[in-house]
Amino acid sequence: MMKSTDAEAAVMSGGRSIAVAQFEAAQGRRARWILVLRLLVGIAFLAFWEFASGRLIDKLFISSASAVFGRLGKWVMDGTLVNHLSITLYATMWGFLIGSFVGFALGLLFGRFRALAEVLDPFITALYSIPKIALAPLFIIWFGIGIESKVAVSASIVFFVVFLNTYAGVRDVNPLFINAIRIMGGNQWHVLRSVIMPSATSWVITGLKVSVPYALVGTVIGEFMSSNRGIGFLISQATGLFDTTSVFSGLIVLSIVGAIFNEGLGRLETFFLRWR
Amino acid sequence: MSVLVQGVEKRYVRRDRETLALAAVDLTIDKGDFVAFVGPSGCGKSTLLNMIAGIIEPSAGKILHEGQVVHGVNQRVGYMTQTDSVLPWRTVYENIELPLTFRPFTAAQRRERVEAMMKAVDLSGFANSFPNELSGGMRKRVALAQVLVYEPGTLLMDEPFGALDAQLKLVMQRRLLDIWQETGKTVIFVTHDLSEAVTLAQRVVVFSGRPGHIKAIEPINIPFPRDPFKVRFEPEFQASYERLWSILAPEIAKGEDI
Repeated sequence: MMKSTDAEAAVMSGGRSIAVAQFEAAQGRRARWILVLRLLVGIAFLAFWEFASGRLIDKLFISSASAVFGRLGKWVMDGTLVNHLSITLYATMWGFLIGSFVGFALGLLFGRFRALAEVLDPFITALYSIPKIALAPLFIIWFGIGIESKVAVSASIVFFVVFLNTYAGVRDVNPLFINAIRIMGGNQWHVLRSVIMPSATSWVITGLKVSVPYALVGTVIGEFMSSNRGIGFLISQATGLFDTTSVFSGLIVLSIVGAIFNEGLGRLETFFLRWR
Repeated sequence: MSVLVQGVEKRYVRRDRETLALAAVDLTIDKGDFVAFVGPSGCGKSTLLNMIAGIIEPSAGKILHEGQVVHGVNQRVGYMTQTDSVLPWRTVYENIELPLTFRPFTAAQRRERVEAMMKAVDLSGFANSFPNELSGGMRKRVALAQVLVYEPGTLLMDEPFGALDAQLKLVMQRRLLDIWQETGKTVIFVTHDLSEAVTLAQRVVVFSGRPGHIKAIEPINIPFPRDPFKVRFEPEFQASYERLWSILAPEIAKGEDI
């Protein structure tokens, strides 16, 4: 009977040889170097910004690094940041959750029922072609200037991304797996749970990853149009006053939030796709 | 009798043209038989296997398995193909356990059966490995354990060892023969490899080129237990091989002409 070789067994049981330790040390060194270089690029950028401001380009247009970070510091201290960021995050979160839930559910449904997908295809395409930003004024009429209209804008953007990805993921499932599960005794629900959902996971996660920044975009656009709170409101108000420092501060907050979201989803992806 | 094929045909319509993939086939396979299907590619041998599995419906005729007409997916068989159906997102343990979760077993019963099965295919140390971390031969053993664990009476195998290297193929063949002799399952084994068919089967069904039909059914009179590593040196093996080849060769030549 076949026995696995010793080398195979050592790797599989997680045995650590000297070579493994060396490999890991080299990886660690590389990771540290990348981090150092990233920091250097960041510092160089900020230094150039500070230098250029007022010397090469008018302060009115680009403010300055020190002024922006001063403003951010002030926002943190006086509660402005928490006040506005909380409402933006809240709307983004709900838009993301509603949009991705509905998108995932309909994507599964359409993927499983081809006739339904074929009948509704032109309508979906038509809706998809509308720039979602153009829906924002309509949502404001429907849901008012409160948080609901921001949730609606962001959900409508997220929905399409997640829906189309889930649909593609379900269609991409290897029919061999489906047949195998059916022969093994699985019913439609088992097929859905043990084959279709896991197989579509990589597509869905990609959809979620792409849609997180969109959810933020949707909320901020909603806030631009009409609102009295939120990072989008802060930016549009500052723009009206030619307060470039606040505009840049708002933009930096948004980019940091987006980066944190992406990092979180990246970790989620690593966990769900650990079998690869 | 395990499988009864009566006047089964399969026609496909593609681009306004109807092709006859399999022409009226009759075949009886007894319980506990080890039967191999051989033939040129496109002869309908896999089609017939898939119809016994219930994945494809016959265009005419009927198939009985264990006395019941096969209609829709046949859940009383184990089915193993060349590209294995081991789910890459489940660990070895979870893969073998999967068919049991579709049935009314308690958690304790499942654990007991899966552990016994992993031992039987020498995978005990790999319960938490994902299929992508395994070698091709190990993955095949997971697939085998997965179809054996729910104890189907019939195994349908479509070139299951096709992707393995020559030595590993022999190892898997021996394992399959051991299992067959221990459990007395009915095995239908599709292959394009004549020596594999002669090594394993009691009877070899030779299919003709398209439209496929059964050209001959040859018994292989080599006594069991057979050793896949040695059986090829027996005179009966050579005789059977040559007999089958003389039946099959013109069909393959026919396929080349098309």
